[in-house]
Amino acid sequence: MAGDSWLTEFPEMSREGLLGIRKSLDATYRDFSREYGDSIESIFDPLLSFLIWFEKLLLNTPWPLVIIAITALAYFASRSWKLSLGVVVSFLLIGYFGMWEDTMRTLSIITVCTLLSIALGIPVGIMMARSDRVQSGVTPILDIMQTMPAFVYLIPVVMLLGIGRIPGVIAVVIYAIPPVIRLTNLGIRLVDREVLEAATSYGASPTQRLLGVQLPLAMPTIMAGINQTIMMSLAMVVIASMIGVKGLGQPVLKSITNQYFTLGLFNGLAIVALAIIFDRVSQAYAKRTQKHMEGSDHG
Amino acid sequence: MAEPLVRIENLYKVFGSNPESVIPLVEAGQSKDDILAATGHTLGLQNINLEIGKGEIFVVMGLSGSGKSTLIRHFNRLIDPTQGHIFVEGVDVMTLSAKELQEFRRHKMSMVFQRFGLLPHCSVLENVGYGLSIQGLGKDKVREKALHWLDAVGLSGYEDQYPSQLSGGQQQRVGLARALCTDAEILLMDEAFSALDPLIRREMQDQLISLQHKLHKTIIFITHDLDEALRLGDKIAILRDGKLIQVGNPEDILLHPADDYVEAFVHDVNRTKVLTAAHVVSKVQLTLTGRTTAQQALDTIRERHADYACVLDGKSLKGILTLQDAERALNEGAGNIAAYVRNVNCVPDSAELEALLPRLLIQKENQPIGVTNEDGEFTGMVSCSKMAEFVS
Repeated sequence: MAGDSWLTEFPEMSREGLLGIRKSLDATYRDFSREYGDSIESIFDPLLSFLIWFEKLLLNTPWPLVIIAITALAYFASRSWKLSLGVVVSFLLIGYFGMWEDTMRTLSIITVCTLLSIALGIPVGIMMARSDRVQSGVTPILDIMQTMPAFVYLIPVVMLLGIGRIPGVIAVVIYAIPPVIRLTNLGIRLVDREVLEAATSYGASPTQRLLGVQLPLAMPTIMAGINQTIMMSLAMVVIASMIGVKGLGQPVLKSITNQYFTLGLFNGLAIVALAIIFDRVSQAYAKRTQKHMEGSDHG
Repeated sequence: MAEPLVRIENLYKVFGSNPESVIPLVEAGQSKDDILAATGHTLGLQNINLEIGKGEIFVVMGLSGSGKSTLIRHFNRLIDPTQGHIFVEGVDVMTLSAKELQEFRRHKMSMVFQRFGLLPHCSVLENVGYGLSIQGLGKDKVREKALHWLDAVGLSGYEDQYPSQLSGGQQQRVGLARALCTDAEILLMDEAFSALDPLIRREMQDQLISLQHKLHKTIIFITHDLDEALRLGDKIAILRDGKLIQVGNPEDILLHPADDYVEAFVHDVNRTKVLTAAHVVSKVQLTLTGRTTAQQALDTIRERHADYACVLDGKSLKGILTLQDAERALNEGAGNIAAYVRNVNCVPDSAELEALLPRLLIQKENQPIGVTNEDGEFTGMVSCSKMAEFVS
C-alpha cells in the first residue's frame, strides 16, 4: 500500500534536489574562495610572519638557552622549584628522544593560538557579560564551535586558505576559544553585586569599573578559561597536523597510518608533557595572583 | 526652615517590564498584592515624600521587603525611580547626565554597604582611598588622606592587609573610612551594621555617633532594627510595603506611634534604653543663689509648698536647700544660705534612663537628681512622675 511506504520510508527530498543544493553551495563557496581567497589570505600575512618568526626563534636559539628561558618563565610564574625542575627534566627527555624540533614547532603554534584566543576571547566575553542580547546571540555560536567536528570546519578553511600554518591556527582557535569566552562572561557576571555597586556609588566610570573591579575579580574564573583553552589547543595539535601544521602532531599522524606504536607513544607523551607544564604553570600563576583571597574564613 | 539638603518628592518605583503602565493603578490606591496579581509588577516604593536637613542623622526603618534598600539607592541613583524627583541642594538629580551623575557621586555622596562592598583584591589602604583614586588624585595625596581616615576609625597599622584578613567589624570600619575619605557631605548607610554581631554593632554605633559629633555630616541610615534607629536617629522614617507610615523624631515614634503597625514595633522596645535624662527633666522655677538670705529662701520654699529649692552658681547647679535646712539656717542666724546647701548628684542629659532608674530607686531620703547639658549647664531635675509615665 502507498500509505505503508510513506510511513516506513522517510519522505525525503528528491536526489536531484539534494544534488542541486550541494552543487550550488559548493560552487558558490568555490567561486567565493577563488575570488577572495588571496585577499583573505593576505589579511593573515602579519600573523603568518609572526608565527614563522617565533618558530624560527625557538628553533634557531641554542637548546640550552631555550630550556633556561622556559624554566625561568615557569619559575617566575609559579615560584616553585619543584615545578621548574620538572620542566627542565621533561625538556631534556624530549630532546634526548629526538623530538626537540617538533616540540618547538608545537610550542610556537600553541603559544600563538593561546595568545590569539585570549586577545579575541576576553573582549568577546566582556561584551557578552555587558549585554544579555549579545550573550544569547553568542552562546549558540560557541555551542556550534565546540560540538561541530573539527574536520567539518577544516574543509572550508582549507578551501579558502589552502593547507599550512594559518588554516591550522584558525582551526585550533575555533576549537579552543569557547572556554575563555564563556568563563570571561561567567566570571564578570558572578562579580559581587555589592562590590560593583560600591564602585558605582563612588563615581567610577564604566572603564574604571571594568578594569578596576570586574576583570580583577573575575580573574580566577578567566584564568580557568585560559587554562582550558591551552589544553584544548594542545588537543587539536594532531588534527591540525592533517592540514600541514608541523610539530608533534605529524609523527602521531604518521604512526596511525603506519602502525608505529612507539613513535606514536613518544610523541603523544611529549604532548602530554607540554600540556602538564602549561597547566601547572598557569594554575600556579593564577593562584599566586589571588593571594589576597587567603584567610577569608576569618571572622 | 531653610531649604532641606535632600528632598524627595512623589517618588514611585515599580519593578517589572512596563513600570509606567502601573503607576495609574498605584495612584488609584490598589495594594501591592493586587498589583502583583493583576500585572506581574512589583511595587517597590509609592508616593515617598521626604525632607532631610543638613547635619541630620535620618534613619529609614523598615522590615525586609519594605523597600528601604530600594529607597536608599535612589539618593545616588543606583536605582532610577519610575516617577518622582530627588533634589539635593536644590538640584534635581534626575536631570543629571551620565557625566554629571558620575561627578555628583564622586563629590556629594558616599555609601556604606551591608556586606561592606570592599574590593577584595585591594589592600585596606587602597580601599579607603578608592573614592579619591578614581577621581584621579595623586598617589601620595590619596595615601595621606586614606591614612588619616583609617586612623580616625581606629585601624591604623592595618593599611597593608587585605579585607579578607579582617573581621567583620574591622571591614565595616574600612567601609566607613572609605565613605568619609571623599569628604562627601552626605553619607548613605545601607544596613551598615546589620551584618555585625550585637557587641560590635553597638561599638560601631558609638563610633558613628562620636564621629558625627566632630564631622556633622548628613547621614541617611537604613536599618531594620528599631533600637538602632532610635539610638542613632535625629529623625526616623518608618517604611512599610513601600509606603512611609510615620516620620518623626525618636520620641514621637516611641510615644505617639502613628498606627498599630508602628505601635507593635515600639511595643517591644526597651524605652529606658532609648529615652534619656533629657526626656524626664522638669524645668525648675524655684532657684536660689548662695547669696540668698535664709529668710528669703524659707519664704520662697514655703510659698510654693516645696520640699527643697535648687541653688545655682551661675549656670551650674550648686546643690539644693531643703525646707528643714532653710529653717535651721534662719534659727542659727546665718547671713546667707551658702553653708547649708547640700550636694546633689547630677547626670548629663544624654544619660540613658536605664542607668538613671536604679539610682533613682535607691536614693536615700528621696534626694533628687539634677540634669546638666553638654556644656555642664543645669537644665532641671529628674522628674519621677515623668519617669513613671515613660517606663510603665
